Amino acid sequence: MELVIAAAIGILTASGVWLILRPRTYQVVIGLALLSYAVNLFIFSMGRLRVNAPPVLDGSGPVDPSAYTDPFPQALVLTAIVIGFATTALFLVVLIVSRGLTGTDHVDGKEG
Amino acid sequence: MDFAPSHLVVAPVLIPLLIGALLLFFDERERRLKRTLSLVSAAALLGVAVSLLTRVHAGGDALALVYLVGDWPAPIAINLVADRLSAIMLALTAILAICAIIFSIGRWEKAGPHFHSLMQFLLAGVSGAFLTGDLFNLFVFIEVMLAASYGLVLHGGGQGRVRAGLHYIAINLAASLIFLVGIAMIFGAAGTLNMAELSVRAGEMDGFAGPALATGLAMLGLAFLVKAGMWPLCHWLVPAYSAAAGPVAAMFAILSKVGVYAILRMTHLMPGEEAAFGSTVIFLGGAATLIFGSIGLIASQSMKRAGAYLVLVSSGTLLAAFGMSVEGGTAGGLFYLVSSTLAVSAFFLMVELLEREQGAGSDVLAVTLEAYAEAEAGEESEEADPGVVMPGAVAALGIGFGLLALVLIGLPPLSGFLAKFAILTAVMGPGSPAAGWETAVLASLLVLSGLFALVALARMGIRTFWAPVEPLAPRITLSEAAPICALMLALGLLVFQAGPAVDLFAAAAADLHDPARYLEAVMGAERVAEIRDADT
Repeated sequence: MELVIAAAIGILTASGVWLILRPRTYQVVIGLALLSYAVNLFIFSMGRLRVNAPPVLDGSGPVDPSAYTDPFPQALVLTAIVIGFATTALFLVVLIVSRGLTGTDHVDGKEG
Repeated sequence: MDFAPSHLVVAPVLIPLLIGALLLFFDERERRLKRTLSLVSAAALLGVAVSLLTRVHAGGDALALVYLVGDWPAPIAINLVADRLSAIMLALTAILAICAIIFSIGRWEKAGPHFHSLMQFLLAGVSGAFLTGDLFNLFVFIEVMLAASYGLVLHGGGQGRVRAGLHYIAINLAASLIFLVGIAMIFGAAGTLNMAELSVRAGEMDGFAGPALATGLAMLGLAFLVKAGMWPLCHWLVPAYSAAAGPVAAMFAILSKVGVYAILRMTHLMPGEEAAFGSTVIFLGGAATLIFGSIGLIASQSMKRAGAYLVLVSSGTLLAAFGMSVEGGTAGGLFYLVSSTLAVSAFFLMVELLEREQGAGSDVLAVTLEAYAEAEAGEESEEADPGVVMPGAVAALGIGFGLLALVLIGLPPLSGFLAKFAILTAVMGPGSPAAGWETAVLASLLVLSGLFALVALARMGIRTFWAPVEPLAPRITLSEAAPICALMLALGLLVFQAGPAVDLFAAAAADLHDPARYLEAVMGAERVAEIRDADT
């Protein structure tokens, strides 16, 4: 479990970093998207990895905190996903405008 | 029973947010209404900020006003904290916003849609970032601020802005991801994101949690330093600021200060042995930024680029001064922060007036103005050609430029000099701690950066006013002259009321260097229900 999550975060981050260093705007967008997936997984894993433990208390009887997983990072991830989604969409619009104005998809607006 | 004071703390976020949303419902042709609402909101923000400042500064023993969002108990609730530093930054933001909005009446509010809404959302984000006492909430407010700034940097359109905007957005998205990683690590190590509770818990940490927390804080610092424009993380700043429209650039002068503010707040809340957390790195980064900014300043060919480098010089000076981690140095730094932000903002507005006659971007602007003017043919046609050639306008602009240059260089008798003098007195004057290599570096860099600014600004002034390629005949409207005058007046006030101002900054610095009282105010904040119970 830990190994799989760690490897997933690592591979996503490595791919993302490589892609945002590429010269095409589309590659940069995909790179940022991959990086944000990696970051979301990372935030999620910071609440410790638990299997078969619900994050929401059922509200009946005395509560044993050790039977539940931490709901806080999950709430953070949700917010981070929404914000990341919105800003990526905005970036995509700017990318298309840039493509229309310059006729190229190079990040500097010109080849070379 | 009076709960008004505590609700006042959330007003700087709510007012611009609501007004900004309201403005979206009006058609672009309702320009007068939009600008009035926008101005009212910014003026209300100034009123609230000044009211908060008087409450925390002059109002007896209350150090900080704390607002618990949703009335949850103290460390669990997301809290907004207004102390002296927050209130000063809020007031500064409001002054810049009023000036930028008035300036935009001349031409820029017509150059693209939703200018005023974006401005209001920017204000909401900046105010929230200055007030919040919770790290994740800080992230959210900084994202609100950045999302609005993405729209504003593209305001007016054109290839140059889109290219600079593309880079600006990409680097800030990447920085936001680093910010999130930092937040996650801090939560993993400390189990809280409340700044005050984090400060308490950081002192009693052992085992692996300590290094993990430090790593998280360093990641957070990296994200803040990208926003503050520390070398070598600052290469996005100059193209973005110099491409932005005049009033937008004037408003952006506060954005890099948000990063500086966050650094200042976080480093002093974290327990350290002698100096504040990470202060050596911040000092060295600030010094490098100062060198880079000064060299860029004398190398820049256009005045707008020079303005952007002045932002870097200002950031560098601030980081170096705060990195010294001396209370008096922090106080002087705060003085410099206010003075340089006002001056850089006025500089951007003035450059706009001087450069639009010969500016390379003016042809692009003309195209966009045409495109948007079609929609409202017939109304307000007298505004199509902004300004008239005023007699003596060149002389007035020249005097204004000279005064601004004095502030930016740091020559007496204006506030730039007082601020630098305050910093230097604190680190090397009588009663200062033992002078080390840092003092020597800071002193020489402050003086040298002043010299570089002197050379660059003197050359620029001579080329513009005394020996212009083509005679200068600036067209100025009252709405464009007034904000510049207002900013200069604010700078003048800093000089004539230097005593009370220095007292205020010294008190703010003392709060920062002794976080115990801040912690007490935040951790001991009472819920409304508890206050009500106590009263009845």
